[in-house]
Amino acid sequence: MADEVQIAQGIRVRLIQAVPIPLAVDLYCQPGEVLAIAGPSGSGKTTVLRAIAGLHHAENGAIKCQGEIWQDSAMQFYLPAHQRAVGLVFQHYALFPHFTALGNVLEAMAHLPQAVRKERAEELLRRVHLDGLGNRYPKALSGGQQQRVAVARALAREPKVLLLDEPFSAVDQVTRRRLYRELNELRRSLSMPIILVTHDLEEATMLSDRLCILHRGVTLQSGPPLEVAAHPVSATVARLMDQQNLFTAQIVSHDQLAQKTLLRWRGLFLEAHYQPDYASGARVCWMIQSSQVLLHRRHRESNGHRENPLSGTIIEYMVLGDYVSARVEVDRHLKIAITLTVPVYVARRNELSYGEEVTVSLLAEGIHLMPFEKLHGIK
Amino acid sequence: MDWEALLLSVKLSALTVLFLLPVGVITGRWLAYSQFYGRSMVQAFLAIPLVLPPTVLGYYLLVSLGGGSALGKILERLFGHTLVFNFEGLVIASIIFNLPFAIQPIQRAFEAIPREIREAAACCGMKPTKVLWRIELPLAWTGIVSAITMTFAHTLGEFGVVLMVGGNIPGETKTIAIAIYDRVQAFDNNSAAVMSAFLLAFSMMAIAFTYLITDRNKNTYG
Repeated sequence: MADEVQIAQGIRVRLIQAVPIPLAVDLYCQPGEVLAIAGPSGSGKTTVLRAIAGLHHAENGAIKCQGEIWQDSAMQFYLPAHQRAVGLVFQHYALFPHFTALGNVLEAMAHLPQAVRKERAEELLRRVHLDGLGNRYPKALSGGQQQRVAVARALAREPKVLLLDEPFSAVDQVTRRRLYRELNELRRSLSMPIILVTHDLEEATMLSDRLCILHRGVTLQSGPPLEVAAHPVSATVARLMDQQNLFTAQIVSHDQLAQKTLLRWRGLFLEAHYQPDYASGARVCWMIQSSQVLLHRRHRESNGHRENPLSGTIIEYMVLGDYVSARVEVDRHLKIAITLTVPVYVARRNELSYGEEVTVSLLAEGIHLMPFEKLHGIK
Repeated sequence: MDWEALLLSVKLSALTVLFLLPVGVITGRWLAYSQFYGRSMVQAFLAIPLVLPPTVLGYYLLVSLGGGSALGKILERLFGHTLVFNFEGLVIASIIFNLPFAIQPIQRAFEAIPREIREAAACCGMKPTKVLWRIELPLAWTGIVSAITMTFAHTLGEFGVVLMVGGNIPGETKTIAIAIYDRVQAFDNNSAAVMSAFLLAFSMMAIAFTYLITDRNKNTYG
């Protein structure tokens, strides 16, 4: 948790409403930090962003940005959108079609003296690598170029918070990669809080310092993306983080001396790292990231091979770019399978393919326990 | 060619456009962006002149604007004379009859502006009035020009309402459409033909013009 001073200089958002979609949101973003709000479609991500910008009036809200109050329902206070210094990049950019790229940027500069506007606008276009294209109308620009104009226009307002609403969803993958790099480069020079809404977890992990998981309008967990992925607070968060290896089990015992917790999973016993918050005999949910599943090398022992070894058959084999995802059925009768990801070269070296017999280890350090909930009900 | 009638028609059309333009912009924008109970009833009421026989509308206007009705009496006190069978009455009738021609194209044009674009304008720090001047009106201009053209052309050729409310007084209420009827009644087919051809050509050009500008701006929002 960041300290209160840091938060006061950033943005703090609390929203509660029942209609049109239920919201129970509590989040903050510090200056210079990128916070990604991620969640499935319909989870309320865009509504949260719109509420921050003043385009959606939540029933109960408290929004404070860099010391300025934007909404305080307790005081019946609501600042309209045009009085909030926000830079919002819309999903489809929403450029003004009757202005050129430069004109679009200039429209957001009414707060500056006339004499300096043009120079500043041109400088912003240079910063987003659009120098020379200022006289083009939006229609004559590619998707990536339109997005850059939208970013320049948002920055032209000299915003106290920069809001990005799925800004990469409308461009092709090659352009998207380039825009990711550009945003990463740009953000280093920006000192305001940046909130990015996305449904793409990979994008959120790549671009954000902190990730906030939103589900049905409720902020479930916030933290560094890798931390949220490895230690979700609930099975629901684990599922939303696209966790493949999510199961239920029962706590058998805790061994404080060995710093181990023993689980019974179906008929198998598993050793997890010491997690004494759950009582012996209690039912729990547990997960292990597919990258924490260790593949045993053929004919050679590797470190950690003694930890929860399981053998089975590969029933699914997919190459995902530089990585391979394989599902190993460890119990044919119970139909339970563990998913692991390994670099392509490791898969090749170990001759992994569909139908092959392999042995894997579930690293005790990677086994994360969560309160029990029915897994079939999670959607 | 009855030049006096043509001049009167042009004057009537121009005045109708002048009065209806602000009404069209305000009402069209209101209907495009506001959700309220009874919205469809309001729209239906404003569209009635499209389907109602002009004589029926003319009849009601004649009755309500005439000296016999309460409204007529108020208007008589205001203007010093009744509003039937004179030019002022004709302008009022024409404004009412042309409401849908002025409002609908403007409403459609405002509706076509994506909500995000208006919101982006607010996020750029523009006040609602500035959003209207800088963003909405420039983007809705084809609808506004369509409304002007259609209202003008439609008023020029209006017959039923004019006859009912205005009668056939040369220089006061005898418009070009009435003059054509008048000429045919008098077996002066040549004059009728010339004036009809003029109206046909003008109407054709007006409609072609609105289609042209609408087509040109079809892909505004990419």
